[in-house]
Amino acid sequence: MRKQTKNNLITFGGTAVLCVLMAVLSGLGVLDNKTNGLLVPIGIYIILAISLNLTVGILGELSLGHAGFMCIGAFVSGTFSLVFQETIQPVWLRFALAMILGGVMAAVFGILIGIPALRLRGDYLAIVTLGFGEIMKSLAMNIYLTADKNGLHFGFTVPPENIDDETKRELLKGPIGMAAPQDTNFWIVLIVLLICLAVLMLFIDSKSGRACMAVRDNYIAAQSVGINVTKYRIMAFVLSAAVAGIAGGLYSHSISLLTARKFDYNLSILILVFVVLGGLGSLRGSIIATIILYALPELFLREAGNLRMLLYAIVLIAMMLWTNAPFCIRLRERIGASAPMQKLKGFLKKDKSAGGAA
Amino acid sequence: MMSFISYLTNGLSLGSIYALIALGYTMVYGIAKMLNFAHGDVIMVGGYSAFIAMATSWCPVWLAMVITVAVCTVLGVVIEKVAYKPLRSSPPLAVLITAIGVSYLLQNVALLTQTATPKTFTSIAAGAPPFLQVFEGEAPLFFTALKDSPYGDRSPILTISMETFLAITVSLVIMAGLTLFINKTKAGKAMLACSEDRGAAQLMGINVNGTISLTFAIGSALAAVAAVLMCSTYTQITPYTGSMPGIRAFVAAVFGGIGSIPGAMIGGILLGVIELLSKAYISSQLSDAIVFMVLIIVLVIRPTGIMGKKINEKV
Repeated sequence: MRKQTKNNLITFGGTAVLCVLMAVLSGLGVLDNKTNGLLVPIGIYIILAISLNLTVGILGELSLGHAGFMCIGAFVSGTFSLVFQETIQPVWLRFALAMILGGVMAAVFGILIGIPALRLRGDYLAIVTLGFGEIMKSLAMNIYLTADKNGLHFGFTVPPENIDDETKRELLKGPIGMAAPQDTNFWIVLIVLLICLAVLMLFIDSKSGRACMAVRDNYIAAQSVGINVTKYRIMAFVLSAAVAGIAGGLYSHSISLLTARKFDYNLSILILVFVVLGGLGSLRGSIIATIILYALPELFLREAGNLRMLLYAIVLIAMMLWTNAPFCIRLRERIGASAPMQKLKGFLKKDKSAGGAA
Repeated sequence: MMSFISYLTNGLSLGSIYALIALGYTMVYGIAKMLNFAHGDVIMVGGYSAFIAMATSWCPVWLAMVITVAVCTVLGVVIEKVAYKPLRSSPPLAVLITAIGVSYLLQNVALLTQTATPKTFTSIAAGAPPFLQVFEGEAPLFFTALKDSPYGDRSPILTISMETFLAITVSLVIMAGLTLFINKTKAGKAMLACSEDRGAAQLMGINVNGTISLTFAIGSALAAVAAVLMCSTYTQITPYTGSMPGIRAFVAAVFGGIGSIPGAMIGGILLGVIELLSKAYISSQLSDAIVFMVLIIVLVIRPTGIMGKKINEKV
């Protein structure tokens, strides 16, 4: 079996086993309320992190507006669910359509912003994506949609007028947001997560994925061997946007009130932190980092109260210094060269080679 | 017409504050090739230092200003030495995440020590008359004539506040001074040399580490001035005060061509004017969206900003 395939299978299998285990535990009522409440958000953040890893890790472009795509997915699919709450009946069908629509709309915006933005590189691309995220947030905060017996009424920046009061149903309320039906549970998130993970893995392992990595590693060399740089860049960017849109759809169906304010630049940064700390280009790393970094402050630092985010910030800086600063690298080497660490390393190596032979 | 002038001057004052902040971003980017995300939070720290200094009874306004500038300068240099310097040869994303970490750190320290409740900032020009007022059918009056309200209860058709005037003049003076400093002094030229080619500058005997520290010091001092001007205009301060102006100024720096000092000034002022005019004439809720829309259009037409240099990649 190829090394890459094996690697992917390990990641996929590990994620699947972990997710099913958590779902079963939660179904048996073993987990406390706090942990239970974390499962769905962690699943959604994992989807976001792996999709952002495609842009940042595989494509090698910094994106600071990932929350914008999530915002589109959340609002489009939430609105769809609200509008067709009664008309499309089996709930799973409406929900699936909502997810797909959310993903498709995010992909459409991905193309719209990707074509001009991907002409730029580096920090300029980052700032355009940041701007895009902020634009999406402010637009979503200004959309009003109300349903009555005459149909749908749309308002931009002001609520629509001439509405029949008896049959009035306010779907989108501008800055107040929307309340989509809460159809999501952890099993659904789990299935969507595994599908997204599989799609991203297959993409990264395909010819297109390898082309993206070639562009990332050397733009000019990739161009000179005949890779259609623009095509592959947009392809990866749009796929990343679509997956983020689906995550947004899950999100809007999992909380009681969705406000656009949530999708600000801090959210994009948070996901970026997961991706970078997990390791660029490594989906497994993103998954592990998201679980640790999301659950850690919620579960174990609760008692620390306000100190929670302070500790988080210090850990973030310390981790970056530890992995990158020259004096820390020297220090690590010195520790690594000591006798007990050597023994441990030898032990791990033996174990690995035994596993490979079997 | 009068309302247009009023919006325009307010936009200019906001824009010159943005320009001061954007200068910090652009200088650091030019020399250290990093996006200093913590810059916005240095502004917030400056705002709180000025607030605390001015809350004490013995501290006059000028001394509070000096203290604020000193606190921010020291903070900027300390951040550079502790968090950024060890990562100078690391991948840019590692530095970026560190900067984000520093930004979280400053916000949370402020949150713990100052709480999230907004503090009311006393303007540095509190008690002074407005800089300029125009009354219907009269010649415009400047602040010296406005002390004893010559027209009694009549309401003016145009008022330019002292804060607005101060923000514009102080920023212009500082920008002129900075331009002179960079082009005429040895230290300034060393900064230019470092941003052009760090390795070559080192070979010419320039103290690169010292120059980078100096850049952070100047950038943070400018942020301190911007903090006092901004808090005087908006009279409120929270632990998150710095982050939005920080992002806007960052946008302004990119808008003008990041790394270019005149670019940051032009970008900042343009951004402030666009923001205020779109708030006034299009929609106040959509001003953010319009500002970023203009930015995207500019970048698509001119991919390196207004004053940015186009660099051809060599194989």
